[in-house]
Amino acid sequence: MAAELHVALVAADREVWSGEATLVVARTTSGDIGVMPGHQPLLGVLESGPVTIRTSDGGTVVAAVHGGFISFADDKLSLLAEVAELSDEIDVQRVERELERAKAEDDAEAERRADVRLRAATAAR
Amino acid sequence: MGAQLRVYKRRIRSVSATKKITKAMEMIAASRVVKAQRKVAASTPYAQELTRAVTAVGTGSNTKHPLTTEAENPARAAVLLLSSDRGLAGAFNSNAIKAAEQLTERLEREGKQVDTYIVGRRGVAHYNFRERKVTESWTGFTDEPSYADAKKVAAPLIEAIEKDSADGGVDELHIVYTEFVSMMTQTALDARLLPLRLEEVAEEAKPKGELLPLYDFEPSAEDVLDALLPRYVESRIYNALLQSAASKHAATRRAMKSATDNAGELIESLTRLANQARQAEITQEISEIVGGASALADATAGSDK
Repeated sequence: MAAELHVALVAADREVWSGEATLVVARTTSGDIGVMPGHQPLLGVLESGPVTIRTSDGGTVVAAVHGGFISFADDKLSLLAEVAELSDEIDVQRVERELERAKAEDDAEAERRADVRLRAATAAR
Repeated sequence: MGAQLRVYKRRIRSVSATKKITKAMEMIAASRVVKAQRKVAASTPYAQELTRAVTAVGTGSNTKHPLTTEAENPARAAVLLLSSDRGLAGAFNSNAIKAAEQLTERLEREGKQVDTYIVGRRGVAHYNFRERKVTESWTGFTDEPSYADAKKVAAPLIEAIEKDSADGGVDELHIVYTEFVSMMTQTALDARLLPLRLEEVAEEAKPKGELLPLYDFEPSAEDVLDALLPRYVESRIYNALLQSAASKHAATRRAMKSATDNAGELIESLTRLANQARQAEITQEISEIVGGASALADATAGSDK
């Protein structure tokens, strides 16, 4: 049995990341879920949150995903998101400013987005 | 310089200026086509995965959803027309508008009331000039549509289809856009987007008759479908917007290329006419001088006697 799974993280307008991984942890609407090779076929709705991908060469990729789907079959895992960013694309200081502004303006949506980004960025460190 | 010659010279100057502009527009459009095509390619993985997922839920469960159920007596239909903000694109907009009008006519013959939704200033102007009712319109992003634009367009349409037709909702959603076949060919066509025919989607997703695995749905098939279908519609609208943008740029490029060619031909024939006029002027001057000289010679010859 293959000890790794092929992961494709795609946003609506681009492919964000793809490669081999041994474990993917994502947050669905009913809770966190970890997918390893050989998992049963799965199709779930993702919550906004960080997605952690443990790559087969031992590294970790963290991405902030704002809503979307996870689908897994035949050791191929697709993460579909309208908006997805890798943690190293996220500018922490900018996001912190955004978070403060969102809190000040009482914009729950923006606050949630900034929070997800920030968590993804800090989880990668 | 003769008056005739001056007129020709002036026309040549103005045509060359026009040619320069159309040439520049042609080149800009050519680079934008490439960019738009790249965007279409970049959005393909998402669209493919989404189609696969929709098929998986649609075939793997017997879930009913307003976006997939056919109304028994469809009474209202929405038509979404994708035109462009700017003209100078040959027959691009008129073809799209014509396709929308034919579709509207057909739907009305079938006894459905048609709500028109329009993207692009050209289409809006066309409908407003004829004082036809436009339910909703969007402008300002047709050259380079983003996914957020597609979401903006899709939201009221999905809302309308989820409502009952009695309270102002619609039963069907048709989309008219211009398919980008190649640099030379773009065809305006209409497609029924909603309600979804799951069998068609399924054919698109697995042409080789491969079997889909039995998925475990998280949290449930209904919830997944609920979340999935609007995204699918958005992604289809996004794809149509991108294709229309690419087609528009290709049409502009072609129109501007023929304008440039025409200007070149015009300059050539005007140059010929100008040369002819100049030559006629010279000939006339020479014959005037010769005539004058011989008249003078005749006069002096007479006085000598």
